[in-house]
Amino acid sequence: MGIEQKLGNMGVVTLKLEDVVNWSRTNAMWPMLFGLACCAIEMMAAQAANYDMSRFGMELMRASPRQSDLMIVAGRVSRKMAPVLRRLYDQMPDPKWVIAMGDCASCGGVFNNYAIVQGVDEVVPVDVYVAGCPPRPEALIHGIVTLHEKVKGEKLKEWA
Amino acid sequence: MSESIMTNAPSIVQTLRDRFGASTYEFRGETSLILKTEQIVPACQILRDEYSFELLTEQTAVDYWPELAPRFHVVYRLRSLKNNLILGLRVPLEGNFPVMPTLTGVYANANWFERELWDMFGIRFEGHPDLRRVVMPEDWVGHPLRKDYPLGYEEVQFTFNFDEIDVRKPYAQE
Repeated sequence: MGIEQKLGNMGVVTLKLEDVVNWSRTNAMWPMLFGLACCAIEMMAAQAANYDMSRFGMELMRASPRQSDLMIVAGRVSRKMAPVLRRLYDQMPDPKWVIAMGDCASCGGVFNNYAIVQGVDEVVPVDVYVAGCPPRPEALIHGIVTLHEKVKGEKLKEWA
Repeated sequence: MSESIMTNAPSIVQTLRDRFGASTYEFRGETSLILKTEQIVPACQILRDEYSFELLTEQTAVDYWPELAPRFHVVYRLRSLKNNLILGLRVPLEGNFPVMPTLTGVYANANWFERELWDMFGIRFEGHPDLRRVVMPEDWVGHPLRKDYPLGYEEVQFTFNFDEIDVRKPYAQE
């Protein structure tokens, strides 16, 4: 069926530690429940039956930053929300990643004014930007797969 | 909106006009009274107690900058559920730092309306129990809905000016 049949009865796989850690991180990446605006609706759609993000090991949205690896900033961040966002980011345990979902989180989008942070990268370091207003679930999933590629390329010496 | 709501009882308007010397104007069937700052609290007291305007549905303001006399209009919208009426009240305010009495003693829900007006327009309400910002962050400087407040427009990044703007962007660190 899978790898276990090819291995026969040995039950042993040799792999680089780096690869196995990165593989486990990509396949059980728990996102934080952080919907801010209309993008959150698309994020919910991506989670629901049609698109089913659990295919990528993301069936659980954590309401607590302490249990999550990935922050999907879904929506525009106001100047009042920015310190809260940073605080939640700081509360997440390492390793952690950020996806700026949608135009507002990426660059301010249509809200080019005093009240909205012009790109969430002013507040937290962003790994993947997903364009769209709001991006469709496919786009979000593409962003997540892109992030998986990034995580798979991470090096052991960089963590240490 | 049905015809019955739009029509204000002329007797109420006439009474207030006589008692306070207020001027009135009508727009699309809705009547508004223009009152002085010191008249607003007694007028609302009368409207609530004698004419059963139980509800303050809205309190907001208009900035007529660069005009200074009046610069602001504070707009009240009262609703009588019993008589199915709507009545508008307007108070013109002069100068850049206007002060007016609070309405919280008459309508308790004026509390947050007035906090918002202080926050967004910088209109100070004397006697307000808790005049803090309600929408903007606590440490915000200025009152954003004033017409002379800068919009905070950030220059848009195109391909021809990408690098130039990218240097100035405040990227966050880990």
